[in-house]
Amino acid sequence: MANEPESFLKDGKRLDGRALDEARPMEIEAGVIENADGSALVKFGKTHVLAAVHGPRELHPRHLVVSDKALVRARYDMLPFSVEDRKRPGPGRREREISKVLSEAFTRVVEVEQFPRTVVDIFVTVQQADASTRITGLNAASVALADAGIPMRSMVTGITFGKISDGKKGYMVLDVGKEEDAFGMADVAYARAYNLDETVLLQMDGNITKEDFFEGKKMADKAIEKVYEAQVAALKSRYKEGSE
Amino acid sequence: MISDITKESIAEFLAQGKRFDDRDIDEFRDVTIETDVVDKAEGSAMVSLGDSRVIVGVKMSVGTPFPDTPDKGVLITNTELTPLSSDEFEPGPPGEDATEIARVVDRAIREAGIIDLEKLCIEEGEAVWMVFIDIYTLNANGNLFDAGALGAMAALMTAKMPKYEDERVNYEERDGPLPVKGKAVSATLAKIGETIIVDPTRKEEKALDARLTVGVNQDGNIVSLQKGGDGGLTDAELEEMLDRALKHSEKLLKALK
Repeated sequence: MANEPESFLKDGKRLDGRALDEARPMEIEAGVIENADGSALVKFGKTHVLAAVHGPRELHPRHLVVSDKALVRARYDMLPFSVEDRKRPGPGRREREISKVLSEAFTRVVEVEQFPRTVVDIFVTVQQADASTRITGLNAASVALADAGIPMRSMVTGITFGKISDGKKGYMVLDVGKEEDAFGMADVAYARAYNLDETVLLQMDGNITKEDFFEGKKMADKAIEKVYEAQVAALKSRYKEGSE
Repeated sequence: MISDITKESIAEFLAQGKRFDDRDIDEFRDVTIETDVVDKAEGSAMVSLGDSRVIVGVKMSVGTPFPDTPDKGVLITNTELTPLSSDEFEPGPPGEDATEIARVVDRAIREAGIIDLEKLCIEEGEAVWMVFIDIYTLNANGNLFDAGALGAMAALMTAKMPKYEDERVNYEERDGPLPVKGKAVSATLAKIGETIIVDPTRKEEKALDARLTVGVNQDGNIVSLQKGGDGGLTDAELEEMLDRALKHSEKLLKALK
């Protein structure tokens, strides 16, 4: 990994040339895995994450069955070659924790009472990691669920924000980059159920005040509208092409 | 899992401002902290939040640093939800609930910079101190996040370094306190129906829609956040939870001497 920079800002711009409230370029494609019921690939800059939905389908092991609801089960993992130092195959503690918070976020929006005793499996696979992999995966999973035709109360849409320093003072920034994540002052993963106006995923580490948090959140809420529009546009273009 | 009927009746009860243990919705259970409870550990603590009780130990050994931090010691936090502490827990490797608690406690301590990991370097790239925090439940009745964080912090604050001589760790002799600076605690709130309560019991946890654990350092800054639960939080609820967590953290920080 690169060494820690003294300042994360140069002439008012971030190390990769972005403004404080500028997200990386984003691409969303729906319907990329034929065998899945729904799928999507989302790119946030150099972070590329694939999501595939299988279900509703029979749930194994049986003891996990919920009699009046579907279980929404997200599994996040990274390809071993998606990062500089090879990641050992299989989920570790970090991956299990991310899977848990993703499952909870989507349980909020999927109309689980429509499919009792089944499971909706969401597989999130990081192809290339360059910060914000869980949020990029969440945005992909949301499109994949819609692509699978799973009834949902809302799409789930997220973005990260954080705090960086120019050596003198801190600044809140949108869509944290890799060096900003590794050496910055704070990193917040944040996602909303867009139509419900609710936060459904929130994780943070670093050191910020309450005022910092709400300043960052304001930027993120604005950016989330754009991401949401891109999610909808990706789904529309999928159906317009009628690719099947 | 808890039935929807039970969940509804808990929510209705709470909406009247009542809790099963007669607490106010904004009342934390009594905190007791006892340190140096295990001689063999470098540091240890027993923490009670009402009848939720955990024992936390700090052990140290010498190992090789991670390649990307060759000049820093290593911090590893582990939690086990032991079958002795509740009917609900089964033997076996830590599941996702235990893993989440360990990682959330670890984040608050790491991000608040509690342990000066650079001071734990013995020889760059070769040998560093490894600090293991192990959190074990003795009687589980909810909010193990905050009990675990208090226990980890109390154990770290009282930990004594073993001696390192002739490339061997000598646990018989002590070499001063573990380099600890500052304090961190966490405060957890839960939303059940329309009500937001602090420090949920196990019964309340089973009925909750959403949970927020807020890590706070000695300056009153936020060092970690973790939302849990299958429900969402409105902006007003999020702000209320943050405010109440910051308020409760002041008392929790004071409980750590």
